[in-house]
Amino acid sequence: MNRLRKILWTLLAALREIFDEAAYQRFLQRASLASSPQAYAEFLREQERISTRPRCC
Amino acid sequence: MKKSLLFLLWIAVALVGMLAVGVVAVRRGEPINAMWLVVGAACCYALGYRFYSKFIAAKMLALDALRATPAERLENGRDYVVTSKWFVFGHHFAAIAGPGPLVGPVLAAQFGYLPGTLWVLAGAVFAGCVQDFVILLFSVRRDGKSLTEMAKTEIGRVGGFVAYAAVMSILVILLAVAALIVVNALKASPWGTFTIAMTIPIALLMGVYLRRIRPGRVLEVSVVGFILVMLAIWGGQWVSEHPPVAGIFTLTAPALALLIIVYGFAASAMPVWLLLAPRDYLSTFVKLGTIALLGVGIVVLHPTLHMPALTRFVDGTGPVFAGKIFPFAFITIACGAISGFHSLISSGTTPKLIARETETRIVGYGAMMAESAVAVMAIIAACVMQPGVYFAINSPAGIVGQAPAAAAATISGWGFPVTAADMQALAHAVGEQTLYNRTGGAPAFAVGMASIFSNSLGGQALMALWYHFAIMFEALFILTVLDAGTRVARFMLQDALAHVYKPLGRTSWYPSILATSALVVAAWGYFLWQGVKDPLGGINSLWPLFGISNQLLATVALCVATTIIVKMHRTKYVLVTLTPLAWLVAITFTASWHKVFDPSPRIGFLAQARQLAAGPTTSETARLIFNNRLDAVVTGILVVMVALVLLESTRQWLEILRGKKESRLSESPFVMTRIAEEGQG
Repeated sequence: MNRLRKILWTLLAALREIFDEAAYQRFLQRASLASSPQAYAEFLREQERISTRPRCC
Repeated sequence: MKKSLLFLLWIAVALVGMLAVGVVAVRRGEPINAMWLVVGAACCYALGYRFYSKFIAAKMLALDALRATPAERLENGRDYVVTSKWFVFGHHFAAIAGPGPLVGPVLAAQFGYLPGTLWVLAGAVFAGCVQDFVILLFSVRRDGKSLTEMAKTEIGRVGGFVAYAAVMSILVILLAVAALIVVNALKASPWGTFTIAMTIPIALLMGVYLRRIRPGRVLEVSVVGFILVMLAIWGGQWVSEHPPVAGIFTLTAPALALLIIVYGFAASAMPVWLLLAPRDYLSTFVKLGTIALLGVGIVVLHPTLHMPALTRFVDGTGPVFAGKIFPFAFITIACGAISGFHSLISSGTTPKLIARETETRIVGYGAMMAESAVAVMAIIAACVMQPGVYFAINSPAGIVGQAPAAAAATISGWGFPVTAADMQALAHAVGEQTLYNRTGGAPAFAVGMASIFSNSLGGQALMALWYHFAIMFEALFILTVLDAGTRVARFMLQDALAHVYKPLGRTSWYPSILATSALVVAAWGYFLWQGVKDPLGGINSLWPLFGISNQLLATVALCVATTIIVKMHRTKYVLVTLTPLAWLVAITFTASWHKVFDPSPRIGFLAQARQLAAGPTTSETARLIFNNRLDAVVTGILVVMVALVLLESTRQWLEILRGKKESRLSESPFVMTRIAEEGQG
């Protein structure tokens, strides 16, 4: 049961990483901000500056 | 005891693998079960990962768990972030898995299931996984440098320039081919067109939800978006059954091409949060879920493959694309076996997230193995169809004729029986007016996938819904490749133009954004238009061009890797990269020669131009002749550039090996990791 819980937790955490939710949390922590439309807009601006997100064929 | 048990286990895996691949390779004349492919592939991947990648990691690369990675040394919480290996694996897989491993194997299935399967397995284990792994590791040891930067520092300025030019060319051709696949999947299909059109307002809604209502809740909004997309698929059926509305969404190929060109420009010029980012999230969500579902469906259903191991088209006269197995099967299937584009991802975001050098093995080698498994699923999806149906869907009207009866007669004459009534019934079952001449691979894959899904869940009653789900799934992430790729190409162009006029390099200056977006979209839009107007369906000329440029980029990546290995004084292991490099040079250069100079008008661009010039002149003739000559010139330029990199690399290897040149690596200095110290207690 514990093993299953661990697998599910890892899967969810991987999804949060893939979908940038974890990156947003790190941004909030780094900038000492609470989640808000303004903070999210700033996060997106930063993301756009550092990554062009290529997607393979 | 434990060691001897493990030894026996691996012997068993090897024997089972040998048996499965043996059955796939040797069985003739009767259909085989797809599970032979699944088991053979699983054993090959397990052995490749356990033994070959471990050998590369230990002997050739000497991975060092004590060496701090850039994610640790340069950690800034933005692009350099120490991340768990399974999270990086997910990130990397989501970035490398695109339409290529689905479409390429479907097209190559015209040779039968055997050539594609063998190439996907051997190519991935010995070439693709190796390329992704070594480039990732070399980038990690160079602070996450890109392939073009590594080519410049390790091979020289020629290497850097050629890598840049190859990336730009591949992007332009890739985007044109991707758009053409969507056009061919959606033409005259009100259901599919409506569903895909709806993903645009859904993405906009997701963008506003994320920005204004629930900032940062991406998973949540992706689930909402997915539900809305499922509703759009359901609504598409209603649209297709009501002629006045269906008429609005029944579009010709040129009309769809124009709409996609406008969409590409808008997506590149609009704020990223509004359309591009939410679409990317939505397509990743659908992509990961559907690939997992397809894998489960194949294992549960273990369907029979109706396509023979080898077809008569191994002689090069295939209707899907012209050319013999060598070299054309190997450039048609790129992403499932080896893809140069992956080297851009392996030297992009991924190296900046790796926590330990040793994790490059699971991320680089392992994620490419997963992508190869997706290609095996695509081969199965294409080969579960009756061959006659497969050829009816994938053959252009220029080869089999426009009328259903004529097309069915031509295909039956090849020895693959199919009737016009069969095709009409299938089109009706999937909710389409016709399935003839749907070149590009996507519709054939969708039919195969829908048949697997409907046999596992819902039966024939849900066939139409599954078919349009599959079309939505493919078109959604092909369009994501299109908008993300246009934006990447725009940034690269802006970077280059900044050397001419500095403000052009500013990514926030709107005149520059609009001008560079227009240039990039015009470049791939031109090739798309050429494909749409091509009497042979476009895929015949554009897919090989894309395959050649993609594999040429892999050649550049393997040149960089081999140069670094020589500089590391690991020459005795150089065959690990030199063998796939030699193979790629052989296939790309031979394919390029055929595409330019082959006397058959169906293969050679120049021969086709000559045939057109000798035939009756129509309003289209001059443009078609020009397009063929342009394709020949593009192929020639790419080959000459890569030949220059190859010569420059070989000169360097020889000079270093003869002691005439000092081998100078541009690795970052060794810094002891804190993670390992803490881990060691």
